[in-house]
Amino acid sequence: MPKILINGKEIEFEKGMTVLQACELADVEIPRFCYHEKLSIAGNCRMCLVEMEKSPKPIASCAMPAAEGMNIKTNTPFVEKARKGVMEFLLANHPLDCPVCDQGGECDLQDQSLYYGVDKSRFVENKRDVKEKYMGPLIKTQMTRCIHCTRCIRFATEVAGVPEIGAIGRGENMEITTYLEKSMESELSANVIDLCPVGALTSKPYAFEARPWELKKTESIDVMDAVGSNIRVDTYNWEVKRILPRLNNEINEEWISDKTRYSCDGLLKQRLDVPYIKKENKLQKSSWDEAIALLVEKIQSFQPDEIAGHIGDMINMESAIGFKKLFNVFKSENLEFREKNFYVNSEEKINYIFNSSIAGIEESDLILLIGTNPRHEAAILNARIRKTFVNKKVPIFSIGDPGDLTYDYEIIGNRTDEIKKIINNEHEFTKKLLLAKKPIIIIGESALELKSGKYIFEKLKFFLIKNNLINENWNSLNILTQNASTVGLLDLKILNAETHNQFFINLKSKKFKLLYLLGSDNLDFKKDNEFVVYQGSHGDRGAELADIILPSATYTEQNGLYENLEGRLQECKKASYPIGESLEDWKIFNHIIKKLGYKDETSNFDQLRKEVLNNVSNFSNLNELPKIQEIKKNEIEADFISEEVGIRELDYYYTNSISRSSKTMSECRQIRQKTIKDGTNN
Amino acid sequence: MSVKKVHDDQPKEFKFSTENTKRVEEILKKYPDKNKKSAVMPLLYLAQKQNENWIPLAAMKYIANFLAMPYISVYEVATFYSMYNLAPVGKNFIQVCTTTPCLLRGADKIVKLCKEKISPNENEVSKKNNSSWMEVECLGACVSAPMIQINDDYYEDLDEKSTTEILESLINNKPLKPGSFRGRKNTSPEKIENINGGKHA
Repeated sequence: MPKILINGKEIEFEKGMTVLQACELADVEIPRFCYHEKLSIAGNCRMCLVEMEKSPKPIASCAMPAAEGMNIKTNTPFVEKARKGVMEFLLANHPLDCPVCDQGGECDLQDQSLYYGVDKSRFVENKRDVKEKYMGPLIKTQMTRCIHCTRCIRFATEVAGVPEIGAIGRGENMEITTYLEKSMESELSANVIDLCPVGALTSKPYAFEARPWELKKTESIDVMDAVGSNIRVDTYNWEVKRILPRLNNEINEEWISDKTRYSCDGLLKQRLDVPYIKKENKLQKSSWDEAIALLVEKIQSFQPDEIAGHIGDMINMESAIGFKKLFNVFKSENLEFREKNFYVNSEEKINYIFNSSIAGIEESDLILLIGTNPRHEAAILNARIRKTFVNKKVPIFSIGDPGDLTYDYEIIGNRTDEIKKIINNEHEFTKKLLLAKKPIIIIGESALELKSGKYIFEKLKFFLIKNNLINENWNSLNILTQNASTVGLLDLKILNAETHNQFFINLKSKKFKLLYLLGSDNLDFKKDNEFVVYQGSHGDRGAELADIILPSATYTEQNGLYENLEGRLQECKKASYPIGESLEDWKIFNHIIKKLGYKDETSNFDQLRKEVLNNVSNFSNLNELPKIQEIKKNEIEADFISEEVGIRELDYYYTNSISRSSKTMSECRQIRQKTIKDGTNN
Repeated sequence: MSVKKVHDDQPKEFKFSTENTKRVEEILKKYPDKNKKSAVMPLLYLAQKQNENWIPLAAMKYIANFLAMPYISVYEVATFYSMYNLAPVGKNFIQVCTTTPCLLRGADKIVKLCKEKISPNENEVSKKNNSSWMEVECLGACVSAPMIQINDDYYEDLDEKSTTEILESLINNKPLKPGSFRGRKNTSPEKIENINGGKHA
């Protein structure tokens, strides 16, 4: 490997690295504003100047490729003088409004001016005045603070794939704006707030809420979709003030979706804080004793088969196993967690996870989407597909029309017949698929919901096994689940394999007398005479139907494990405590079990966690991908029905009870709907 | 100079005329198909020519769709270059060079005259005269400073008197011929003096 001399220390570096990256290998920190690892190189802030031997002028280390034998110095008076000069220019037009700036305390400019700033300004002219720009309900702008690093422009064009931010004008008059000051049409738009090194783009909902040093930071996991983005929850007392991404190159890199970031104001609204009981057709405040006594009385008055439970989209695995235990106490097996009846074969783990892994998408050389819109179902995963598309020009195909995905793809049909043709080697696409070394086939829930869902899954899987596209090194079969809880609950065997569809049939034929909804708001169901119990955190669709409401904690208020769509087990941590009288889910189950008279059946949280870990198949380690050793190779018969592969339209900003309670999400949704209606989107 | 503002009253539609469509085809031939967005500058210029010397948003959108570019990219280009007008200008569009050589030779007097005769402010279309004026940077005719550009033509070697004549001729709709107003031909030297055997202006 080539060598480079940095401050007299010899460092080996990989070919293609820049001087800045080589300096980082040598543990030398280089100040920077415009350079960002995940974005292209711009080289326009000039803060990363270093001295290079034989060069009369300092060089911008972020844009200079490292070469064999270079002698770089970063701590000489020459370098310091150069950086001080750059800093003085950057501050020439920067307002001195740190006391009223939300970036204060986490501002790159503030931090770096501590080392390179000059104590007095020599700039006596008037400072530049730039009007505030409207960038939608998430991004607050104060463009006088902008130092023109163009990180936001590069993010929007490269990562988000919505080239809507740009720099208009030139020289001193350059201004960053969206096209005609429209809001940005992206699910990842708010990441520009994190990217902005100064306070030009700050968070609108978080404006003037808190200072970063006042907040308690908890590293946790997101549950808005099945990706399991790594997040940091910042709380001030009880209140969740904001949610930020945590770097995890295997899942979300440095980004999170807008829903992940801004649903947190929904944690403060519409909360259920005391138990409610429906009396005289009206929900009335009650007490835990009364509510549980009534629930137990009802449970005892029905037969076990008449009692059913539905587990919601954001329930952690401990709560789910506690729920299962509760149902075991009164010997009911009618448990379900799917919102729509999609086909799933829970026999082995590869049948319901994203086997190629999210980071694996970058290795692929062909992608086929079947009945899925990854942009809405898993925005972060879609960003990864786009990254692969941009870097490698990987061909992407789709069956069914998902609309704009921020990259080019080819629709090869929208009927199940195409899939049959592919499997029977009658389609042109089969050749392409078999020529690919590492193809990725992503099957969405919409495809599995079809009548031929079983056919699509089983036959396609067998086809891939037959052609050695599912092996130890590469597994091209991927299921894109939509809810954070789905994969975990499949692992816990909540679903009874023999009575696969029984729940939905019985629900429809009104066999259930008591329906226990555990945080479940999206179940499509019309209430008649059923007695509905809702245990959850928000007054949403579930609570509307309920006869008894048991208030419980949200994902930020209790510990719990979640499995993301790759089957990666991650821990969601308690950042705050349950509001009012609400309790963590497992505590509520214990109360009910006690009241039912089975005191010995109660279990504490540690027991539940142990049980979860024992139950997860192919478990390797926390935060790691599951280990799959053996793959079953039997063919399962299924009927083919010719039908259209429709992709279920997902109301992106309104998918769960937390985001539906969030004011910010409602605003985003309104703007999205308006642009669709007006046709003013690009 | 500040960032150029787009005009409030925008036409809804824009389309290249048949004649210009042919020109567009000629322009596109100059660039490889995968780099056809390089044609954005000539197309913007063509749109400006077609639309009374200014570019409406509809034209930017049309060009963006035509070249498969994001709207913002075309908008960036149009705001970057000073010679694209984003708001209507007069039928007689007067550009007064006020860069150093012209200013030393009295461009400020021309600006003053424009304010008196055309309109008190820059970029203001006077309805009566159907003209507008603006200060611009160097137009590359320093040798015959001070000078102004009216639409496509240069009026050079000006002084207060000749400028007044030119502006009044515009107002009366009888424009004077462009060129030098001191009778110079092709910016040739005016007086030839013999100094030490060599010829000097």
